Amino acid sequence: MRRNVRVALFVTCVNDTIFPDTGKAVVRLLRRLGHEVDFPEGQTCCGQMHVNTGYPEAATALMRRFTQVFGGYEAVVAPSASCVATVREQYPRLAAAAGDPALAEEVTRVAGKVYDLSELLVDVLGTTDVGAYYPHTVTYHPTCHSLRGLHLGDRPLRLLRQVRGLRLVELPEAAECCGFGGTFAVKNPAVSTAMGIDKVTNVISTGAEVLCAADNSCLTHLGGTLSRLRAGVRTVHLAEILASVESGAA
Amino acid sequence: MGEGALELLAERIRDYRAQVRLVRAEEIPNAVAKALRARNARRIVVPPGFPAEWLASGECEWLSDEGPLTPAELDRVDGVITSCVVAIAETGTLVLDGGTGQGRRALTLIPDYHLCVVPVGRVVRTVAEAMPLLDPIRPLTWISGPSATSDIELDRVEGVHGPRTLEVIVVG
Amino acid sequence: MSGHTYLGMPAFPERSAAAVQDAQLRHNLRHATRTIRGKRAAVIDELPDWPGAREAAKEIKDRTLRHLDRYLVQLEEAVTAAGGTVHWAADAAEANRIVVGLVEATGERSVVKVKSMATQEIGLNEALESAGITAYETDLAELIVQLGEDTPSHILVPAIHRNRAEIREIFQRAMADWGRPAPGDLTDDPRALAEAARLHLRERFMSTRVAVSGANFMVAETGTLVVLESEGNGRMCLTLPETLISVVGIEKTIPTWEDLSVFLELLPRSSTGERMNPYTTTWTGVTPGDGPQTFHLVLLDNGRTDVLADQVGRQALRCIRCSACLNVCPVYQRTGGHAYGSVYPGPIGAILTPQLRGMQSELDASLPYASTLCGACYEVCPVAIDIPEVLVHLRARAVQESGHRAERLAMRAARWVLERPVRLTRAQNAAGRFRRLIPKRLPGPLGGWTDTRDLPPVPRESFRAWWRRTEKGDS
Repeated sequence: MRRNVRVALFVTCVNDTIFPDTGKAVVRLLRRLGHEVDFPEGQTCCGQMHVNTGYPEAATALMRRFTQVFGGYEAVVAPSASCVATVREQYPRLAAAAGDPALAEEVTRVAGKVYDLSELLVDVLGTTDVGAYYPHTVTYHPTCHSLRGLHLGDRPLRLLRQVRGLRLVELPEAAECCGFGGTFAVKNPAVSTAMGIDKVTNVISTGAEVLCAADNSCLTHLGGTLSRLRAGVRTVHLAEILASVESGAA
Repeated sequence: MGEGALELLAERIRDYRAQVRLVRAEEIPNAVAKALRARNARRIVVPPGFPAEWLASGECEWLSDEGPLTPAELDRVDGVITSCVVAIAETGTLVLDGGTGQGRRALTLIPDYHLCVVPVGRVVRTVAEAMPLLDPIRPLTWISGPSATSDIELDRVEGVHGPRTLEVIVVG
Repeated sequence: MSGHTYLGMPAFPERSAAAVQDAQLRHNLRHATRTIRGKRAAVIDELPDWPGAREAAKEIKDRTLRHLDRYLVQLEEAVTAAGGTVHWAADAAEANRIVVGLVEATGERSVVKVKSMATQEIGLNEALESAGITAYETDLAELIVQLGEDTPSHILVPAIHRNRAEIREIFQRAMADWGRPAPGDLTDDPRALAEAARLHLRERFMSTRVAVSGANFMVAETGTLVVLESEGNGRMCLTLPETLISVVGIEKTIPTWEDLSVFLELLPRSSTGERMNPYTTTWTGVTPGDGPQTFHLVLLDNGRTDVLADQVGRQALRCIRCSACLNVCPVYQRTGGHAYGSVYPGPIGAILTPQLRGMQSELDASLPYASTLCGACYEVCPVAIDIPEVLVHLRARAVQESGHRAERLAMRAARWVLERPVRLTRAQNAAGRFRRLIPKRLPGPLGGWTDTRDLPPVPRESFRAWWRRTEKGDS
């Protein structure tokens, strides 16, 4: 396992504003593992919502900012698979569409150092046992961007299996999309809700107390559905589970 | 053709719920007679060039297509017997090109029963290997099992417009 | 693309909202798509090199599309040399005019049809009907749709929205109006239903002198057309009539006979989950003494050359109509095909229809948004069409070409906030301060969220503020 890596945290705009605990958990976790965490304050948003809704110019402006802010770091971590996927998949396309070869080159270089949390832990830092303790029954939903965008595979599960006290239960039809889909959730609320209800029905069937994922955006949709159904299942980001230790709760 | 191609062909055709017999060359007439007897099939269309020595059964009336037979006549026969130009093991496919012993396309379409003899040396393993052996100028019919449909609840059911029973004799 | 039946239709969100309420429809779709997914996965896994085959298929299609003009001329020459006649149709109206003229020239008043997306796309049956010519659909699912006075909802299985009990009811009610009635004791066993279709169509096949088909592939080098099917209705239509008229989209061309092999490996496995479909027919022009002695090929553009001009969007023309993307799509599974308001439903329809028809109508402009971008479609596509990429690309075009005024303002505001960290900080501070004032049900379009889902609480302090306070001693 590697020591003393200086990691820049791209917390993402959604986590920054609505889920600060996820960002704090990443900081705590990485420091506990002996790494340095920096939070470049010039960061804002990757532009995912803009590009995916049909506003590539706005996204390109945010992409320029992102590459400037994070260009100098050895490794950048984001506790959001969909934001990392935006950087990896969409940035090269946006740069190509902008007709700026220098930007395209820079974007490709920077994108190569941006990791989802579980990629950073398993591939870069070389660990699956992060010394966490979380005495709860948990089921894991592989979000579409973790699964088909970043191909995270079983990395998150390997991390969860090493958490002491945690009982991991398998989610039926796990690979199915939850129905969030960014602006899809408000543009097509009926279908989004139908998909969300099917997903939480599977979640409830596992008997888990906690639904875990690598994207707070999907968890907002599922958590909102679970809460409306009074299902009694909490949604918790993977980072917060991995940051938990015996003395302090997540 | 590699090791076990005949067995693979037989297995893959069986997956389509067609009957397959693996026989040696000298067993062909017996296998043909046995297959027809089991179905009580007596009026059988034989395309031009089909080897007469494979038709030993005296119980059958062998119908020639030299007329040629009308669709209505074809609809009243008990079945048709043909060979094929190529068989593809991996996909369980028989390819007919209208050449010797295969006849025009209607012969293997309208009768409800098709007995196909795959002669020695006609089996290849993959689709890619079959392509160069086929002449695209000839009208080709690729047959993989009896006629079937997945149109009801996306579940496969055998037997619609083409022959509802396909039986194959693979000669090895 | 013929839009006449779809003009003035409500957009996808309204159409799909109605569809998700239909419990029977959702049950039928779930059952059917689950069945096929498992079968597809099993036979795709059997391929020694699925990524390689997929890449090869993609490469062949891309190469063809790059030089399509050249290959089409080659195709025309080969078909003509083999005794066929080639016609060029720029749009639906021209294609219909050509086909109606060809049928009228034979003096016949009816045609049998092999299932074809191209003829549905141009509304050929309606055009024939206007000319007093009856088109009999012979594919089982198409027959169910025709007898039920319904519209198709799936590329491969147009009647996927119907279950066996509904099919039995349609057969009993309508078969007699079109020919031989359904047997009196018809059950809902799929075998019995298939048998009823066999009996109903048998006489029709024997007596009809003109057939209309599409084609899955056209080989430019040899002039060979290829039709893959299961039931034998295709063989009946391609073999028994005297005249065959095939209407085929120009993008169905592939360069060589050898190129066909990879598609024959991929299409049935991706489509019905079989190693090979029961019947594939290939023909080149006419063959004396075997099959139709008159063959017409109508090459259909109908918007395809415009799609070719779009560097990102053109990959949609690689589509071989396998419908694997429909079968894995979580949105399609819940809405069915009718919600898409096009003969091309599902993910491929969401990128094909707006490109072929344009995005002037509210419905067509809503189609690129009919997806969560979950990526399941791209993963199964045998010609590697990156459907999410094209969806995102078309969304940008939709914003340019159509309204979206309120959304554009919202996006501009979001960009303004996110362009400078200081603005984001201010917005977060305001949200933190007023968080208790946020209503449980939001007004306007955002009500789509809160109608069914609770909102997460807004924290008092953003991450950014926490970092400043704890790392830098700010307060």
